[in-house]
Amino acid sequence: MPAQELTCKELVEVVTDYLEGRMPPDRRLLFEEHLAFCSWCVTYVEQMRATIRVAGTLREVDLDPAVRDSMLRIFRDWKEA
Amino acid sequence: MSPAEERLLRSLREGEEQAFAELVSTFTPALLRVARIYVRDRAVAEEVVQETWLSVLRGIDRFEGRASFRTWLFRILTNVAKTRAGREGRTVPFSALARQTEDEESPSVAPDRFSPATDRWGGHWASPPSQWDLPESRLLSSELRMRIGEAIESLPATQRTVISLRDVEGWSAEEVCNVLELSETNQRVLLHRARSKVRRELEDYFGKA
Repeated sequence: MPAQELTCKELVEVVTDYLEGRMPPDRRLLFEEHLAFCSWCVTYVEQMRATIRVAGTLREVDLDPAVRDSMLRIFRDWKEA
Repeated sequence: MSPAEERLLRSLREGEEQAFAELVSTFTPALLRVARIYVRDRAVAEEVVQETWLSVLRGIDRFEGRASFRTWLFRILTNVAKTRAGREGRTVPFSALARQTEDEESPSVAPDRFSPATDRWGGHWASPPSQWDLPESRLLSSELRMRIGEAIESLPATQRTVISLRDVEGWSAEEVCNVLELSETNQRVLLHRARSKVRRELEDYFGKA
């Protein structure tokens, strides 16, 4: 494989570097060149973005009431002390 | 610090239970998650979080707001958790745990999904990913969300924590590095591994091409 090319197999290992904006400019250029001609890898990058989005819907909004009460007891004990 | 956070902390200093309750609801799920890296047992983790909140109450007058409240809070937590883990004979630092799991890692995508290196198209997709029919976030099925939740739960502790804080809780990379005392590179490697595995779970869910 010539040095100035990124294979699909290599690309999937550096997607996070790309999405996090932590890629040196020359690598970034290779990455984006690859995406320009490889719609499969475009799909792959979209899947990684979708993964992040799905994970973001999992945030627990409701705390177990028993746990919450045990934490609030700390406050009452502390205030009385 | 956001104005809302400042107001909350002022109320807490004045001894308002409502302010404390609000902070508890906001931060306790993530505190428990991080505590469980250091102490495996759920009940012990809850004690660690209780002790953390007590330290917050005792120390709130000394908190000057130079770091964000969140960073300060989680620093207290990790100190409490490490002390507790130390007493129970588990003192492996997070970065060392991270290195351990790194050594055993497999590729992000199964190698047989790509053409062999000897091929003209070596290293390119042989079994390419297909587009998912993913609905808007609020329309995601509870089945799918549960599966992804389970996939995250089954990750090694270090990866689970990083993806939980970054992608579930929405923290910045910098905050995660600060709280977990990880290098930026280490954080990114763990995040990549975690996301890649969760993506595979989604791919299984939607069915391969």
